Amino acid sequence: MHVHFLDPYRPRSSPIHTLDARIKLILAGAFILTAALAPNGAWPLYVLLFALVYSAELISDLGPFYVLRRAVLALPFVLAALPLIFTAPGPRLYLLHLGAISIPLSEAGVVRFLSVSLKSWLSVQAAILLSACTSFPDLLVAMRALRVPRLLVAIIGLMWRYLFVLADEALRLLRAREARSGDSGDPRLKAGGTLTWRARVAGGMAGSLFLRAFERSDRIYAAMVARGYDGEPRSLSVPQAPPVQWALLAAALLLLAALLALALLFWA
Amino acid sequence: MLSMDQYAMHIPDGFLSAVVAILFWIPSVTVLVVALRRVSADLGEREVPMMGVLAAAIFAAQMLNFTVAGGTSGHLIGAALATILLGPWAAILVLTCVIGVQALIFQDGGLLAMGANLFNMAVVGVAVAYAIYRLVSRLAHGQKWGLFVGGFAAAWTSVVVAALAAALELALSGTSPANVAIPAMGGIHMLIGIGEGLITVGALAFLYTARRDLLKLGAPQPAGSRAILVGGLLLALALAVLSPLASTHPDGLMSVAERYGFLSSEQPPLYTLIPHYALPGISNQALSTILAGMIGALLVLIVALAVAYSRRSRQTRP
Repeated sequence: MHVHFLDPYRPRSSPIHTLDARIKLILAGAFILTAALAPNGAWPLYVLLFALVYSAELISDLGPFYVLRRAVLALPFVLAALPLIFTAPGPRLYLLHLGAISIPLSEAGVVRFLSVSLKSWLSVQAAILLSACTSFPDLLVAMRALRVPRLLVAIIGLMWRYLFVLADEALRLLRAREARSGDSGDPRLKAGGTLTWRARVAGGMAGSLFLRAFERSDRIYAAMVARGYDGEPRSLSVPQAPPVQWALLAAALLLLAALLALALLFWA
Repeated sequence: MLSMDQYAMHIPDGFLSAVVAILFWIPSVTVLVVALRRVSADLGEREVPMMGVLAAAIFAAQMLNFTVAGGTSGHLIGAALATILLGPWAAILVLTCVIGVQALIFQDGGLLAMGANLFNMAVVGVAVAYAIYRLVSRLAHGQKWGLFVGGFAAAWTSVVVAALAAALELALSGTSPANVAIPAMGGIHMLIGIGEGLITVGALAFLYTARRDLLKLGAPQPAGSRAILVGGLLLALALAVLSPLASTHPDGLMSVAERYGFLSSEQPPLYTLIPHYALPGISNQALSTILAGMIGALLVLIVALAVAYSRRSRQTRP
């Protein structure tokens, strides 16, 4: 079994896929920044931002529900914002009766909670779209073009290259543990050993994985030296993005700025 | 296979106000630039593939879970282990790569919020882990228990302090009330930290037996480590004092947040619903919460020490 399912890239030939990775990265960042700057309760802006990101999802050929389905997975964090409903100041919206206790729900709190959840949902869609439509090597090129330090890009590139190898290694360790452990399959029976022992076994596996990674990195280094590596990460020059795409980027940034200005003026 | 702590620790986009999210990029990028310079100066060409593969290993090690109870499971986060194995500067770089790829590819943590996530895990997590580990191993005078107790304490503290930093950022953004977020995040991560500590000790014990040379026991520390040691201690202390203060005076935190523009709130909040965490008999709320926090931390530390010692005595027995 291999863990290529980890790679979220979905190869297609849509206009979004063919867009230069730099432009996609800047656009995703600008979209997320716009969502973050949006005032709470600016519902029209949220609808417009959703329209923007959803139309990009439709153009991207991923299917109408691919991004939406994945975006739900990132939502459990809204638990962190849930207490706002009860603790935020301002007029009370509703009195929740739980037996003898009645809990006031604050209007401002509900607005803030919904805004935070929506903003997060919109942002995560932009990020999913970026990773589904851009292959990782292209992202690396984009990072280099956007002046991310070369050493960092080199490490990230190597990390990505061996991520799947080491994830396979981790799966093998997990399978080996399963093969050596009894399991009744009955959920009522508790797991064997003490908690400390189980944690220590997982620790031993992690140590073993690190050791394998160390040894592998030695072999990789030797192979790199054999192929002319001298400490300086080299790469092809960054290809130019067509001027049309830069114009598109400028238009999209202007649109986002205009939406934000509208929201701050009228919908705050 | 995903457990809750991944969600609790990696703040997604939308949960931080724009000012907080942007502000936290500044310390993260500054430390990252220093780390890049240190690593380029200190380490040879050999270390570039090593750091890449170890970043991948940390990523993959998070798949190695163990059953805790009732369907929940724990797994390694890895900041302390990376710090002990690689030294602080290289660990900062490696964790930056891990957090960056998690955000960019797996939406585990936001892109704009990455500055804050880097600050919590790669800067605070590593600095605190390094400070605690060095202090304990210095106390141990190079004896074996220093590695294990130091490893456990470093793992536990770095997880808890990073979680407190995340809770403070959420509270500053007005996303989560301070008197809920800080005790909740702190409490959950005091438990998660125990799992992290146990796995870290397990990994260190394995490496101690299999490849002692990798642990570089007693080797000279890289240049600039003292700054990280001091910085880590200061960060740990600051967060240990600031968190209970903020959680007892959430309105104070809010007014600070508003004054500096982190939050555009309509009126000063009034928190009356959730009772304050406090010790009886002490009238000063902040003082009593700090005391409660310290007692809690001390209790966990004692348990940790007991676990570490019982492990040690079992190991030394034939």
